[in-house]
Amino acid sequence: MNRFLSSKWTKAAVFVLSLVPLGILLWLCWEAYSSSDPTEYVTANPIEYITHYTGDWTIRFICFTLCITPLRMLLNRPQITRFRRMLGLFAFFYGCVHFGVWLLLDPRQNTIPAIWEDIVKRRYITMGMLALLAMLPLAITSTAGWVRRLGFKRWKKIHRLIYLTAIAAVIHYWWLVKSDIRLPLMYAAIVTVLLAYRVIAWMRARNGKPAVDRKPQPTVSAS
Amino acid sequence: MLIRKPADLRYSDVTPKEIYLNRRRFIGAGAATLGALALPSAALATAKINGLVQSGPYHNLGNEKPSPKPTVTSYNNFYEFGTGKEDPSENAPKWKVPAEWTIRIEGEVMQPKTLSLDQVMKLAPPEERIYRLRCVERWSVVVPWIGFSLSTLLKQVQPTGKAKYVAFETYYDSKAMLSPREAGIPFPYVEGLRLDEAMHPLAMLSFGMYGETMPNQNGAPVRIVVPWKYGYKSIKSIARIRFVEKEPPTDWNLYSSHEYGFYSNVNPEVDHPRWSQKIEQRLGGGFLGQGTQMPTVKFNGYGAQVASLYSGMDLVKYH
Repeated sequence: MNRFLSSKWTKAAVFVLSLVPLGILLWLCWEAYSSSDPTEYVTANPIEYITHYTGDWTIRFICFTLCITPLRMLLNRPQITRFRRMLGLFAFFYGCVHFGVWLLLDPRQNTIPAIWEDIVKRRYITMGMLALLAMLPLAITSTAGWVRRLGFKRWKKIHRLIYLTAIAAVIHYWWLVKSDIRLPLMYAAIVTVLLAYRVIAWMRARNGKPAVDRKPQPTVSAS
Repeated sequence: MLIRKPADLRYSDVTPKEIYLNRRRFIGAGAATLGALALPSAALATAKINGLVQSGPYHNLGNEKPSPKPTVTSYNNFYEFGTGKEDPSENAPKWKVPAEWTIRIEGEVMQPKTLSLDQVMKLAPPEERIYRLRCVERWSVVVPWIGFSLSTLLKQVQPTGKAKYVAFETYYDSKAMLSPREAGIPFPYVEGLRLDEAMHPLAMLSFGMYGETMPNQNGAPVRIVVPWKYGYKSIKSIARIRFVEKEPPTDWNLYSSHEYGFYSNVNPEVDHPRWSQKIEQRLGGGFLGQGTQMPTVKFNGYGAQVASLYSGMDLVKYH
């Protein structure tokens, strides 16, 4: 298991897998472009479809990134951390595509005042911008060089901004749906569990206990 | 005006043309497990409507080309059959329209009436009317509806002096449809118009589109079309009409009154709290709809016909 997790091939595979959603989207767009009936591939409203598709993958990658620490602790496999930066950068990447599609193609007047008005006046867009912007310093300081320059403690502190991104992304989704909140609710639950895990781990660590008991509990013998 | 003999067509007589189209191509299980896509196949069962009148004052006011049919039949807001845009085209065709469909007309009327679908369809010759449909979500389509003025139906009963509004109710079958809890809005779906709006000749009772009977996802077997208002005012699969004295409750207004007003006239000057209504995306204009974003026009471009209904009214307050 450890060999599998440390292998460079595993990392390459995660990279390629992370690109699959983008590949599918490009393929769907190509098929729609060359088909007489694009609704088969990207619905009758391609701009909305692409916006939602990339938004969905952004929030999924945010969740994947947040899974790393709990997984590492629960499985007691520090090697898992190797994938965290890549997943986080993919969250940022899909977030940028999502933002770019909205910026360029969303039905609105394409003037800077109209775009600015959307950002400040529509609270779900404000929240989406907050989620994306909070990831920007994380993407910039994601390299080993920046960890050294900032010092690990400070770097780690800054990278807690991902919690803000996750919360803002869920609120963004929640505020944007019309009435059926089942999907945003699901993401809210996932993010709550992932963040609550950290709070519990932190509280236990403060009380001098490890977050997860490494050794099995001594069992009471039945004799 | 062209006058023709009403088409001798019984809804129950027509042979259903079963069209099973593999509209959604299956994408590998790998993609499905990634949660990216659920691509269903939809079955459409519609029949040709004979004796269609393709002329008259309301045939094509805007001289427009209808949107491609797959656009109109694959992308719907019909929350009873799912809240995703493609859910109704997947789920509604599985629903069997009750054979004994009736419309009940009651409330502030001298004599309440229950009309069968056949009776309703015989009230006037089926006219084709090409109307723009503007959704509150900023997309729009052009639909060749089939039917006649709603007033033709409403005139079948004598409203009392108290009748000021008309309330509409969509058919609701809890076994075949989402629960209000799942959809997030109350069911049965209710809507309403002021009496003069409902009697306006542009307001339409429609039982078909694209030369055929109404696909389930578009509101089979019979619905209302109010082209100068946002789409949700045009109630689908209508089961009950009630003349009332006070402004009736309307579904999206019950859900969120500051977002969705009773009048809901298409109006680029009144923003939805979450987006501007100045621009709309005309669907079906090719991939990415290049060049099909256009300014939204007040009353959806039917101001010449309907603006007088609202003279002196504050349309921001009464949005």
